[in-house]
Amino acid sequence: MPVLVLPKSNRQAARVQGRTWQYTGVPKWIYLVAAVGALFILLPLTGMVAQVNWGQFGALVTSESSLAALVLSLKTAAASTALCIVFGVPLALLLARAQFLGQRILRALILLPLIVPPVVGGLALLYTFGRQGLIGKSLTLVGIDIAFSTTAVIMAQTFVALPFLVLSLEGTLRTAGQKYEAVAATLGARPGTVLRRITLPLVLPGLISGAVLSFARCLGEFGATLTFAGSLQGVTRTMPLEIYLQRETDPEAAVALSFLLIAVAVLVVALTYRVPKSPLRALVSPEATP
Amino acid sequence: MTLEFKATIAARNVELELTLDAGETLAIMGPNGAGKSSVVQMLAGLLKPDSGRAALQGRALFSLSPGTLWLPPHERGLGVLAQDPLLFPHLNVLENVAFGPRSQGRGKADSRASAAHWLREVDASELAVRLPSQLSGGQAQRVALARALSTEPELLLLDEPMAALDVNSAPFLRSLLKRVLAGRSAIIVTHSVLDALLLADRIIVIDGGRIVESGPTATVLAHPRSAFAASLAGLNVLQGVLEADSLRMRDGGRVTGRRIPAFAEAPQAVGALEGLAAFAPSAVSVFLAPPQGSPRNCFKVSVGELEPQGEQIRVRAGALSADISPAAVAELGLEPGAEVYFVVKAAEVVLYPA
Repeated sequence: MPVLVLPKSNRQAARVQGRTWQYTGVPKWIYLVAAVGALFILLPLTGMVAQVNWGQFGALVTSESSLAALVLSLKTAAASTALCIVFGVPLALLLARAQFLGQRILRALILLPLIVPPVVGGLALLYTFGRQGLIGKSLTLVGIDIAFSTTAVIMAQTFVALPFLVLSLEGTLRTAGQKYEAVAATLGARPGTVLRRITLPLVLPGLISGAVLSFARCLGEFGATLTFAGSLQGVTRTMPLEIYLQRETDPEAAVALSFLLIAVAVLVVALTYRVPKSPLRALVSPEATP
Repeated sequence: MTLEFKATIAARNVELELTLDAGETLAIMGPNGAGKSSVVQMLAGLLKPDSGRAALQGRALFSLSPGTLWLPPHERGLGVLAQDPLLFPHLNVLENVAFGPRSQGRGKADSRASAAHWLREVDASELAVRLPSQLSGGQAQRVALARALSTEPELLLLDEPMAALDVNSAPFLRSLLKRVLAGRSAIIVTHSVLDALLLADRIIVIDGGRIVESGPTATVLAHPRSAFAASLAGLNVLQGVLEADSLRMRDGGRVTGRRIPAFAEAPQAVGALEGLAAFAPSAVSVFLAPPQGSPRNCFKVSVGELEPQGEQIRVRAGALSADISPAAVAELGLEPGAEVYFVVKAAEVVLYPA
């Protein structure tokens, strides 16, 4: 039986609760099903942690090949995230704000890497930028070889991670509304000023969470990287590739590296997911303007 | 002539033409969806009409079919204040107000100094370092007004600036607007007769996308020709001489009310000050006998006519009218000629200088 708690007259209390009404209409069985879902994600992680050989852990993760893979992963993921921001922000802005022919098709195409298997994405990159590829052929002529280089790793990661940033930011841009931008324009601000001083600060939380998602996706990238960049230690062999390789020869090292990758991912999410509360949220709740 | 404006929007069935003299304040009234706010949005550059043109002090804002001129909002030099203050949530009050001057290319220190000046103008200096989320609705709207003024616009557009304010903040902002609108060219979209009476020199009534009435505010409200103006004009307005917090009428009667703040701050001993007392018919209760020992205003009147007014019955008695429920009319046994008492709380009466 749901209990109806009337809103407290104390505004501060309501703000702490984050909502005016404290009624929650969640049936009991929902908790049960949700718990099964949560366990499904948490149990395999626990199972893997149980397999970690803690005595050898230090030695396993600091081996030359492991360190090389970890450093390469962090470097390429950071570079890819930066590229995602550089290209993703304008894309999200166009999708959320502009109106042009083919906008819906563009949105659908940009989301394609989310649905297409990464291996297929890698092949697509290979047939475009590879030595025999559409653009790669001309690039080879001027002495640029992209495939099977660190650049290829970064391109593969950017390819699969870009939709995460675009999706996340476009959603934030839509809810952020255009009213503030209109006000800024009536105050004499040029479009560039509006973007820099109003739009971007307002959607910063969405941008940060989008970038975190993209970084995490880059860190885990396997299929497209293997297909387009190969597996060359220190050059293109990122953590997931190293783990997959070690699984055959040294399962204990693979488990230790897997744990390390999870730890890095958890750290990244924990550090950056505590994004500052959106400044817009204060205005959404009616308590903000008594 | 400061502003010339003419526009049509086929999809909204809007076809309007208006002009504004230098220093004049024009009130736009009309039912919801009549196209009032469209005027503000078209002038601000946020809504594109199908055809029409507008020029502010000889400078074209837009000119469409014929013509393809459409100045973007940031090149128009207009100030806009809407119902929602829309203060930038990530900037503090001072930075919000400094945004306009800064966008006009003025230096940081210069912009802040200008912002501080405009905050003083709206009595909000003490709010400078607060964030918009820490302001009340009335405070936020005052800051938004300072922000709109900070670019020193040639024309100020006010789109129902008091609609979202509570009864306590609205009078303060109204008196503030009265002060800043003096000598300024402005257009105010409003639902309130009081705003129109107090703030505007001239009024136009829009209904169904067309201007149905236009003229000096007092004239339009005194002799309404359109149905909408007539429904507005039901406001009870009494004339007399202001004394402290009451109005002494010609016949010696007295009405107690609340002074609008700007005028409450004025020195009390300024001699005979002509003024008006205004209250809505819905604020009036009708009694058969004068209520005992009550601080309310009580008028002995003779019922003139009864007419339906929406869900209510409007009881007209001389210059006054009251809106009461049909059940109350039946219970009191009201009929033309009956002697009754109109009673209205002092808090519902607004006093202002004529």
